[in-house]
Amino acid sequence: MQKVKTVLLVDDDQDFRIQQKIMLEAMNFNVIEADSGSAAISLLENNNPDIAIVDLMMEEEDSGFTLCHNLKKRLPEMPIIMVTAVASETGLSFNVKTREEHRWIKADALLEKPIRAEQLQKEINRLLQG
Amino acid sequence: MSFLKVLVIDDEPGMRMGVERTLDGEKLEFFGTDLVEVSVASAGTGAEGIEKINSDGFDILFLDYKLPDMNGLEVIEALGDRAKDLIIIMITAYASIEVAIDATKKGAYDFLPKPFTPGELKIVTKKAAERILLARKNEQLAHEKKQVRFEFIRVLGHELKAPLAAVEGYLDLMESKTLGENIESYEKILKRSSVRLNQMRKLIVDLLDMTKIESGKKDRKLVELNLREVAENAIELAGPSALARKIKIELDSPEKLVMKADSGELDMIFNNLVSNAVKYNRDEGKVMVRLEKLEEQIKIQVSDTGIGMTEEEQKKLFKEFSRIRNAKTADILGSGLGLSILKRLVELYEGEILVDSVPDQGTTFTLIIPNKE
Repeated sequence: MQKVKTVLLVDDDQDFRIQQKIMLEAMNFNVIEADSGSAAISLLENNNPDIAIVDLMMEEEDSGFTLCHNLKKRLPEMPIIMVTAVASETGLSFNVKTREEHRWIKADALLEKPIRAEQLQKEINRLLQG
Repeated sequence: MSFLKVLVIDDEPGMRMGVERTLDGEKLEFFGTDLVEVSVASAGTGAEGIEKINSDGFDILFLDYKLPDMNGLEVIEALGDRAKDLIIIMITAYASIEVAIDATKKGAYDFLPKPFTPGELKIVTKKAAERILLARKNEQLAHEKKQVRFEFIRVLGHELKAPLAAVEGYLDLMESKTLGENIESYEKILKRSSVRLNQMRKLIVDLLDMTKIESGKKDRKLVELNLREVAENAIELAGPSALARKIKIELDSPEKLVMKADSGELDMIFNNLVSNAVKYNRDEGKVMVRLEKLEEQIKIQVSDTGIGMTEEEQKKLFKEFSRIRNAKTADILGSGLGLSILKRLVELYEGEILVDSVPDQGTTFTLIIPNKE
């Protein structure tokens, strides 16, 4: 039997966490949650997540970016999916496809809120296989 | 420093030179702080002047009445709408009442009869400059006001969209039956949905209240009210939520404390204070409502034994949508408008709000309102 993989879910929006958790558990993942960057980092002391889902816009505007850097420093192999409502809210649009973008944004995939289960499943599968 | 561009249209070279010599490079001071530097250009005919105005744009125009190719009034006419952006000062040796009236009708602002001294020229210029500067200032203020409005709408849009997105997300989960066929599995997400919808309703109600305060001054009805009764009503209204968390509310007030006020506004003030004191309290905590008549003021004080605030948090307290977000407030519902509404209301009565708060011990709001009987 395959080992159950653990997802680290970081978002300051309680409802978004509840929704993601339900989706992820339906996909047979184990979910650990944090409502801030610092809470996420302290979770790493006793957990070893296989993948992280991080909200870009948390209380401190760029804390998603900062957290990605910090997570990659500790767990360089762990893929990170960054989720954001940023494009629909600020009109700001960016991606993590080019090398230049990858230098600055330490996430492996970017998903726009609202997130559909199939979309999430697809990204996770891709990143965990790769 | 800002700049002021002056154009002289006069066929006499001496006159043009005189104005240039007097005003070009001159620095004028306004309102004690604003420094304005004047630059002067000139034209010898009406046509040349019009061309310069069309291509360069000016703030003040000194316009001779008698020009070789046309008269000053014809210049104003030819400028059309452009004349509205200019302060036009007619200079003429043939000043007559008729010309003056006609020129003013066509948009001239002032008259300077020839011959004039450099001092007179400076006085007229300064007067015109003051008008321009005031207009610029008003424009800037209007712009800033618009920005504040935009910012408010932007944040409001965000605050309204957030609960919708949350409920939408929950509906999606139900629609795709992620938790199976059993409705009971969905209890938590149904509860969260209604929490978010209630929050949205509260935001809309608060928003309407705020709009009422800002626009509806004509509906205010100032009557003599017994503050004790208003406080008792607010306490009764907060009763159920206080009871649910075993919070005691006490009232310390003279039997009769009369103030002239609008009853709707006063209800809002007391409901706001008392419901906050319950909301941000700990279970089994206490709320104390104190009313006191001072010499020429009325003191309304509401204290709680709740979570309190740091000094940093207190600074943001009255700003719209600046809800204090931390672990302690995560489960407390609020629109982020309550205290800015309170502030506006208290301002209507020329009163002030004092906040005294210690984290984990409690907060005291004190309202000092002048008593105008």
